[in-house]
Amino acid sequence: MSPIIKRKGEKFTLPGKYLLFILTILCMGSIVLTFKTNIFSGPFNTVAGYVIVPFERGISAVGRWLSNRSEELVQIRDLLKENAALRAQVDELTIENNVLQQDRYELNNLRQLYKLDSQYAGYEKVGARIIARDAGNWFHSFVIDKGSEDGIAVDMNVIAGSGLVGRIVDVGRNWSKVTSVIADNSNVSGKVLATSDHLIVLGDLELYGQGVIRFEQLVDSADRVVEGDKIVTSNISNKYLPNILIGYINTLEKDANNITKSGLLTPAVDFEHLEEVLVILELKQALTE
Amino acid sequence: MKRIIVVGLLILTCFLLQCTLFHWLSFGGIIPNLLIVLTASFGFMRGERSGLVIGFISGILMDIFFGAAIGFYALLYMYIGYANGKFCQIFYPEDIKLPMALIICSDLIYGVVCYILMFLMRARFHFSYYFVHIILPEIVYTTLVTLFLYPIVLRINRKLEAGEKQNEKKFV
Repeated sequence: MSPIIKRKGEKFTLPGKYLLFILTILCMGSIVLTFKTNIFSGPFNTVAGYVIVPFERGISAVGRWLSNRSEELVQIRDLLKENAALRAQVDELTIENNVLQQDRYELNNLRQLYKLDSQYAGYEKVGARIIARDAGNWFHSFVIDKGSEDGIAVDMNVIAGSGLVGRIVDVGRNWSKVTSVIADNSNVSGKVLATSDHLIVLGDLELYGQGVIRFEQLVDSADRVVEGDKIVTSNISNKYLPNILIGYINTLEKDANNITKSGLLTPAVDFEHLEEVLVILELKQALTE
Repeated sequence: MKRIIVVGLLILTCFLLQCTLFHWLSFGGIIPNLLIVLTASFGFMRGERSGLVIGFISGILMDIFFGAAIGFYALLYMYIGYANGKFCQIFYPEDIKLPMALIICSDLIYGVVCYILMFLMRARFHFSYYFVHIILPEIVYTTLVTLFLYPIVLRINRKLEAGEKQNEKKFV
């Protein structure tokens, strides 16, 4: 007798293998749909915003408090030791300071001449707090506590301090998902600030263990790029605003094709200890087709 | 009904702990996989249906917040739950060896499948690195957490089953 035919008086339950089959097809379908369209992001994200994000905020706050306290205890011991050493240094530095103060006057004058504007002052930004990190160990994405209500939209750039963190890939009512530039699945078009040579920055899980990520396809025929140069986002990227600092060149090698160069760079942002980020509320103007 | 609420809360708690609190308790950047413990243990405690439904819900949560496509983790967790359900026949609550072995295997399969589908497919061929630095640490940490989490899950399940039996008796 077929297991799905209902006998009289028996409560109807779907056997496991049929349920598995149905859900498998459902999942396959939704994977295809999410790659082709974004019909799911709306309802799912709204539900998640109401049900899960409030908890995440709460637990995050408690967790942050606890980890800060435990860090403090460790630090007190170190601080006592450091204090003694520092006192000796203070005397030395006071003398040095006098010399430096004279230099400062000179510097101030020169700065005014240059009229250095603060780096990204032109963009309107909103601050956000990280409330959850990737629940797996494979990628570096995280959830922040601001969403469409605060004017955030997909593809906005996220920075912290002075460096690029990543971009928004998904938005809910009061939360949004950020994929960082160090995540294995992220590619950023960048350029060397000093020479304007373009390159591609690739996130890499394997290398990030050593605190660096990869860059490729640097065309530098004049051999002017050197280790230590700043890499910033390029103006040909269609997602990232130009001239945001990504990191500094660590090593530089010529590729086997003798045309391009590749190497490693150190990100400007400390991703391990990231807690607050800034979202730039400006989208890169895309060319309309 | 009571079971649905309790299990739902359990999944939610594990997911929230995994993506918030355990990041502060991570060893070398590695966090344990609580959801796999939950999925696998309900699989071999309650059978295929429970395993696959709980796996599906856990996976969907992962997908909404951290997945690239909705359905990927759901599919993976669901099959792990279903496969664990096959061992329901030979499961005894007193025995800790089978659950531990199953949870370790599940996490191993989870890690390897993640590597194959999301890294190997993008030409990251250095399997030994990912195995030593991601998959293996995750298994070790998950096993450690299982020692605390599994007895709790077992006790909750026992309470629920006792409650259900009483209800049945009342009606008969």
